[in-house]
Amino acid sequence: MTGIGAAFKLEPKYPEVPYEEKARLFAEIKADARYDDYLYGCYECGICVAACPSARYYDFSPRRIAQAAAREDVELIFEQIQEDIWDCSQCFSCLRCPRGNNPGGIITIMREVAVNNGLDSAREALKGYTRIIYKIMSTGTQVSPDMLQADAFPDWGPTVAATSENLELWRRALPPDTHHTTKTGWQISTKTLVELYLIWHKTGALDLISELDEGLHSLLEEVMEDLLEEEGYEL
Amino acid sequence: MTIPVELVNGPGRKNKKEFTFSEEHAPEDFHDHLWELEAAGELVVQRVPEPYLEVPVKYGRTKKVPIGQTWHHKSCGQCGHIPGYSTSIFWVNRKLGIEYNDPTDQTSCTAWNYYASATSNQAAQACVAMRNFAAAYESDHFPIIHCGTSFGHYKEVRHEILTNAKLRAEVREILASMGKPLVMPEEMIHYSEWFHAMRHDIAKHQVLDFSKIAVTVHPACHYYKLVEGDAIYDPEVYGGQRTAIVTGLATALGAEVRDYSTWFDCCGFGFRHILVQRDFSRSFATQRKIKRMKEEADPDVTLTHDTGCVTTLDKSQFAAKAQDKDFATIPVLSEAQFAALAMGAHPFLVCQLHWHAADYKPLLEKMGIDHEKAWAEFEEQCGRLERNEAKYLTWEDVDSAPVEAAR
Ligand code: SF4
Ligand code: SF4
Repeated sequence: MTGIGAAFKLEPKYPEVPYEEKARLFAEIKADARYDDYLYGCYECGICVAACPSARYYDFSPRRIAQAAAREDVELIFEQIQEDIWDCSQCFSCLRCPRGNNPGGIITIMREVAVNNGLDSAREALKGYTRIIYKIMSTGTQVSPDMLQADAFPDWGPTVAATSENLELWRRALPPDTHHTTKTGWQISTKTLVELYLIWHKTGALDLISELDEGLHSLLEEVMEDLLEEEGYEL
Repeated sequence: MTIPVELVNGPGRKNKKEFTFSEEHAPEDFHDHLWELEAAGELVVQRVPEPYLEVPVKYGRTKKVPIGQTWHHKSCGQCGHIPGYSTSIFWVNRKLGIEYNDPTDQTSCTAWNYYASATSNQAAQACVAMRNFAAAYESDHFPIIHCGTSFGHYKEVRHEILTNAKLRAEVREILASMGKPLVMPEEMIHYSEWFHAMRHDIAKHQVLDFSKIAVTVHPACHYYKLVEGDAIYDPEVYGGQRTAIVTGLATALGAEVRDYSTWFDCCGFGFRHILVQRDFSRSFATQRKIKRMKEEADPDVTLTHDTGCVTTLDKSQFAAKAQDKDFATIPVLSEAQFAALAMGAHPFLVCQLHWHAADYKPLLEKMGIDHEKAWAEFEEQCGRLERNEAKYLTWEDVDSAPVEAAR
């Protein structure tokens, strides 16, 4: 479409994806139990945008997210899933919304749907992030002291190099007994880890990793099954 | 000490409608639901152990903060990358003679990963939270949560568990398969609320004069923006117009709290951004927060009360300085480390400031702490470990270190 008409009716940006598929994804978003709590229509006041850190640095707007959802604009929502949602900082400053909306919360749900369905945007956004998923799911703590490596955080200055050079010694110098670890944030008992693995299995959280990264899924499954078997659990 | 609302009298303030403490606009009190479900035998409510202190939260309600018998729900980022944060929390408890539990039967809330990658779901997140609460209950200690994101996320989980019967049933069944009951604490307590409630006791144990120390405060988004009714708002601090958290403690310790215009902005952490897209975090933290604080308030230190905020505000400054040699840095501490220093804690053996990036030495000098001497003491203690005279440093080692000489 060209000329004036284009200003009134935009072509879908992802014509290769059938409308039905986009509608299915939106239905999955709406089916989340939290959705009704997160959206009450939109005044278009822009208060959320004024509070939003990501709106300052990216071509991103929580108002557009709330509006697309309120208008049930299936095409635009799909576009946002592919292009916008990973810009959000999940700070929830947009809860200032006078309408009671939670655009950041809608984005959380949209992200979950993107991951669940193995969409390109999720794969792209989480490139380089898989080692963190591995860490949290397999050890029960998200970041560990041994992640502080100068080549991973060159922008954090010389403290990182000093920490990694002295890591083992400096961890032993910490007075709380639980803090002497280098591979986890603190010491976690085996029984606790077993219970965490059972949660990942029983809630389907482990399964959804397979949509995102089959290799990571196999690795996690193996680590978890080994420990669960050792501890006498059959899945 | 009362902090008048005029202290935050920015240029546009006159036109702003002031928030009044009233039940009229208050959201539902979650306790009503909690007691109903307890009465129906749906869950166990873990009571706040006595003795406790009562603090005001938004909408004129109060919240019970336990003094002791606490179960410390630690934070990944604090323990992993800013260990002086959690160590200071424990040290202050010990200094005040308070009994606590530092459990190994605790996992991360896993919310950092959830907000970064969404590689989880509502049921898994709720199960992780409720498993931790059950573990606290089994140990007969009350959860006190170190991380702002864990605290905010758990407040959301509480809402979901209380209002969603299907989720409740699913979580109950999974916990039962591990032999655990479904337990909800009577209050969700962030450690900074404990510091706020205990601020006058802490001030009684103060050994350093902080009256010449100027601070700015960054309130953590997930502390007061998520489930906003459940955060400390005190009519005596900013007239109740902003959360009193951190500011209340800083002023109780005699420091001067200075205002700046971007106090409501987040720190730039972004969850996934801090790990894989740090150009955003760095720009936001330095341009919107540190630079503004410096220009508008010129503090000696900025204080905050969350893992992500300390990390982002502290670590982002190196690159800004490397790019612009005139970029003026500000040291970043948690208010727990600030309080510990006020009470005479060792800057390295307890507060572990050598894990921080922005230059903190001028601050220590202004506090009257000889950091060179203190570092030599830290190295001496590490030498004992290297010579295999001890495997680990203990609380006793830290308490017996010549902290006095460091001043
Ligand atoms: S949660 Fe996302 S959309 Fe909301 S203010 Fe923060 S960055 Fe913006
Ligand atoms: S603040 Fe709320 S009502 Fe206003 S534009 Fe944003 S979502 Fe819409």
